[in-house]
Amino acid sequence: MPTAVPHGVGLDPAATNMALLVVLLPFVAFVLLAVVVPLRRRGQAAGAVSIAAIAVAFLAALFSWFVWKGDAHVQTWAWIPADEGPTATVGVLLDPLSNAMLVLVTLVSLLVQIYSLAYLRDERAPSLGRYYTYQSLFAFSMLGLVLSPSFIQMFVFWELVGLCSYLLIGYWYERPSAARAAVKAFWITKLGDLGFVIGIVMLWAATGTFEFHALFALAQEHALAIEGLGTIMLLIYLGAVGKSAQFPLHVWLPDAMEGPAPVSALIHAATMVTAGVFMVTRAQPLFVLVPDVLVLIGWVGAFTALLAATLACVESDIKRVLAYSTVSQLGYMMAAVGAGAPDAGFLHLLTHGLFKALLFLGAGAVIHAVGTNDIFRMGGLFRAMPQTGVVFIVGTLALAGLPPLAGFFSKEAVLAGVWDSGMTWPFLMLALTVLLTAFYMFRVVFLTFFGRVPATGHPHEPSWTMRGPLWVLAALTVLVGIRLAAGSVGGRHGPGWLAPLSVAAALGGIALAWAAYQRGAVDPGRLAATFPLSVIDVLARRRYGLDGLYAGLYRGFILGLSRLIGWIDRYLVDGVLNFVSASTLRGGDLLRRIQSGHAQDYVYGVAFGVLLLLVWSQWWAR
Amino acid sequence: MTPPPVLSLITWSPFVGALLIMFTARHHPLAVRLIAAVTTGVSTIASLWIYVAYDREAAGFQFYEKLPLVPPLGISYELGVDGISLLLVLLTSVIIFAGVFASWTIAVRSQEFYALLLTLVTGVFGVFVTLDLFVFFLFYELAVLPMYLLIGVWGSSGEIRPRGIFAWAYREAGVGTKEYAAMKLTLYLLFGSAFILVGIFALYVNAGASSFSFVDLEGVSFAPAVQRWVFLAFYVGFGVLAGIWPLHTWSPDGHASAPTAVSMLHAGVLMKLGAYGVVRMGLGLLPGGAAELAWLMGTIACVNIVYGALSAMAQTDLKYVIAYSSVSHMGIVMLGAATLTETGLNGSVFQMFAHGVMTGLFFALVGLVYEKAHSREIGKMGGFGAVMPGIATAFTVGGLSSLGLPATAGFIAELLTFLGAWRSDHQWWLFPAVAGTFLTAVYVLRVAKQIFWGPPSPHFHDLEDARGPEWVALVLLVAVLVLFGMAPGVAIGPIDTATTLLLSRIVGP
Amino acid sequence: MSLNAYLTLAALVFAIGLFGVLTRRNAIGILLGIELMLNAVNINLVAFARFHGDLRGLVFTLFTIAITVAEVAVGLAIVIVIFRVRRTVEADRLDLLRG
Repeated sequence: MPTAVPHGVGLDPAATNMALLVVLLPFVAFVLLAVVVPLRRRGQAAGAVSIAAIAVAFLAALFSWFVWKGDAHVQTWAWIPADEGPTATVGVLLDPLSNAMLVLVTLVSLLVQIYSLAYLRDERAPSLGRYYTYQSLFAFSMLGLVLSPSFIQMFVFWELVGLCSYLLIGYWYERPSAARAAVKAFWITKLGDLGFVIGIVMLWAATGTFEFHALFALAQEHALAIEGLGTIMLLIYLGAVGKSAQFPLHVWLPDAMEGPAPVSALIHAATMVTAGVFMVTRAQPLFVLVPDVLVLIGWVGAFTALLAATLACVESDIKRVLAYSTVSQLGYMMAAVGAGAPDAGFLHLLTHGLFKALLFLGAGAVIHAVGTNDIFRMGGLFRAMPQTGVVFIVGTLALAGLPPLAGFFSKEAVLAGVWDSGMTWPFLMLALTVLLTAFYMFRVVFLTFFGRVPATGHPHEPSWTMRGPLWVLAALTVLVGIRLAAGSVGGRHGPGWLAPLSVAAALGGIALAWAAYQRGAVDPGRLAATFPLSVIDVLARRRYGLDGLYAGLYRGFILGLSRLIGWIDRYLVDGVLNFVSASTLRGGDLLRRIQSGHAQDYVYGVAFGVLLLLVWSQWWAR
Repeated sequence: MTPPPVLSLITWSPFVGALLIMFTARHHPLAVRLIAAVTTGVSTIASLWIYVAYDREAAGFQFYEKLPLVPPLGISYELGVDGISLLLVLLTSVIIFAGVFASWTIAVRSQEFYALLLTLVTGVFGVFVTLDLFVFFLFYELAVLPMYLLIGVWGSSGEIRPRGIFAWAYREAGVGTKEYAAMKLTLYLLFGSAFILVGIFALYVNAGASSFSFVDLEGVSFAPAVQRWVFLAFYVGFGVLAGIWPLHTWSPDGHASAPTAVSMLHAGVLMKLGAYGVVRMGLGLLPGGAAELAWLMGTIACVNIVYGALSAMAQTDLKYVIAYSSVSHMGIVMLGAATLTETGLNGSVFQMFAHGVMTGLFFALVGLVYEKAHSREIGKMGGFGAVMPGIATAFTVGGLSSLGLPATAGFIAELLTFLGAWRSDHQWWLFPAVAGTFLTAVYVLRVAKQIFWGPPSPHFHDLEDARGPEWVALVLLVAVLVLFGMAPGVAIGPIDTATTLLLSRIVGP
Repeated sequence: MSLNAYLTLAALVFAIGLFGVLTRRNAIGILLGIELMLNAVNINLVAFARFHGDLRGLVFTLFTIAITVAEVAVGLAIVIVIFRVRRTVEADRLDLLRG
């Protein structure tokens, strides 16, 4: 039974049903694959089911985008009942924000799933079936997340995408490194989620609702002046810190690269990691009530962007470079949201989703061809894989922020938003990051595709199932860029000097990378040894000690504490008990000796007792 | 026309099974198992039926039966279920039905084993459905005592090498052996039931010594002093069975030594008897005492949650990990009850159910792993996922439910408890409870990673996945966990009718 | 003679009996000691009956004598059985009841 519709929002059953269709199709595929074991064991057939479902979902999402682009529709059903109205509801909220995400998620999911068919061709059939089962579950969870009309539903799917991330990072579960990375990702994001859950519990206790519309309505009526709203929103933001890999909880994302490359493209670049940005964007009406938290979000975002960029500069694993660049770009998005320009952040989220998926899939093709992740062991691949090279460079240019590609405009909007809000330092950090981004990405391009070191093995162009998605994404990166250049979307332009500045910074980064890694004019080792770069170099190579810090906290604090408690339980709490029990046994053992079995001893005892009684009665009891 | 005595059917069907097994199925192992499966199956179907047929609008005690036993003392055989016991009856029947299949391969004296198991189940059903405090106590003891034999005879001994200044005490007491575990469990629970008996008689006498009926006693309002100390007696007495800190140490030893089905039943259902007792008799009969002592209950529950999780993390024996996780999760149950809020209490009862199914599943899985690998040492295992994917999947689902992942029953329970905690008078309870979920994530995933992930361990060969009847237990329990997690309304609906009634007496309507 | 004389005699007999029970190693000797102690009690009872002029004491004594006879009969029978089983009636070696 649908609950009441909040005012100001339309209720078009056609729209919400279409959204439901989009989200339920992958779910049906998941249930099919999970329950029908023979189908899952068939591998390729399982893939076909999953791809078919997501393809139809993509078409439905496109349809929904063209028909209901501008409106908001919501429908909810009671989920957890209570005496006076349900405690929690589930439903769908279709508005421009979620509509755009629907298209992005289904599109990238579809391309990644097609790509995976070839990428994981050599896997055993049951493993492949398992992969597609997880993929369908992920698509369902992510779509459910973006359509959430309430914090609680968002949290539910938030955790589910975390689960899928855990399962897919650990897809090659026999590898100890993959197993470690999977649990690390789960634990670190869970740490952030603790804040999220405490935040929404507090918010519910204060307002009695989880629903976005009810909360936004309260915010508009200035009825949300509850005590501790700042704390609540900060705690909720912590969830986003974990999920969107913001400093200091970003350490899980690079490790998450243990999963297959398509998984990294989908989950750890285009969709799941942006959930934090999406959530903060979604809850923007609440965050604007607490400007201090927003400023913090902006600062943390900008700092994360810069920090991750420095880390990417010293990394030699191609996927980890991309992972740090994802962290960095997520920092951009968060900075924009914190600066009060969520539209710019969201735009960057969408364009980044396209070109970062492109880069990861391209990197996957390279890894597939040469069998290593190390960029220093690749080189000259452009000749062997020209198509992959072209699309990879398109993605790199977009990430570096050069016009007329999509990344330029969205990054421009972010920088403009941050500048307009007057956050000078974050702006400077982000501007410096532009230069670093161009540098580390072209470092990868030069080393991989043009380097002098001949690549090992026999690099070759991948099959069309892998190339197809690459070309589609590359084309979209260009087309969206041109569309944005036409200027009708994302209309945020900063001061006139901004565009030349950022282009100049990007070109500078490219030139530096060219000089260092292609031309050889600058020795990268010598460059890194000059002060103050040397300090950053040394620190970045140690990942600023953060990974070590977490490992130390885990081993020293949590495991140490657990060992202490385990000892206390075994030897103190239980010790008292066992001591009493053993003392009783010992005492009984001693007393047992009295029972000698000789009747005469007992008579002695009796006689002695009588004597004692006599004495006692004569002297003391008088 | 009087309605059929369906509650009696549920309660006594396993007992009839036990008698049949003892007297007709001698030396027919298959017949023993079939009788057990059929009689518990009857209970399962009947409890499903009452679950569906229960009138959610009318609420209160339904399927009422009454038969005077000792009229001068006011003792009668009085049965009825409300929303809380309804769910727990369902839980019991699901767990025992799964347990019958999980212990299918037991070889030694299977006839006596099944007979005792079924007798015990009759006691459990009896506790949940009876409304007469005297008969309640009889059933309670019937549920507790067979455990001694079940663990002492069919249990397994672990290896504990005690160190430190008290090591002699550990050797003396025989720590780690099944006899020790059986004795410890029985003594602890009898210690608890002494408190309960005193509490029951105190209520009986203070209410005029005319009736043991719960319904009659509910109408009496006891003096504040009586309420206080009787509540304390009930809390300690039932709390022992619910595993409250620091009276919980029987549970890890007992559960680790017990055979699979017994661990399932004991951790899954018997610990809920304790929690049920606190909610039904503590909160239900002594609202004043409950309101006064809720701070104690909640605080100890928080200790349970964090302490249990940390202890679980420190264990190297798989069964001990699961057993300590029960201590941690029972903390959620007690915390939910201590919040004295509608959501918290719903969460508490829901957690009784969720934890029952989850821990039942866990013990079934541990039993299977032990049967295949003949080891419980986590450190020696590794890479089992490749050879036993079904067991690995079920373990993962159980683990996710235990760390409160959405779409499993554990999430609903924990969320409701959190909501209740923040709305209670002691808001700080929320933080240890939430921290507990993180610690659970740490130890559950750590164990899952160690056992199922990674390269195959060199210590084990010829491992295999679950087979035949063993699947019944796994599939049934996993399905229940996921279904109740996705559609919690099915359970919360009836629970809510009972908890709102209960709370209206404590905090007023 | 005064009552005290009888009581003294009884106490002496009782003490001798007790001494016998405690020190004899032969089971038959212990039984004899028990007989002495019981007879000391009889002396007491008879003496009190005589000095108080109450016949109930004599009745008790008769009972005691009858029971003593039965006790000796059962006791000797047990001793004989023990002798058959254990080939000894040394009290020191009969410690089946040792804890």
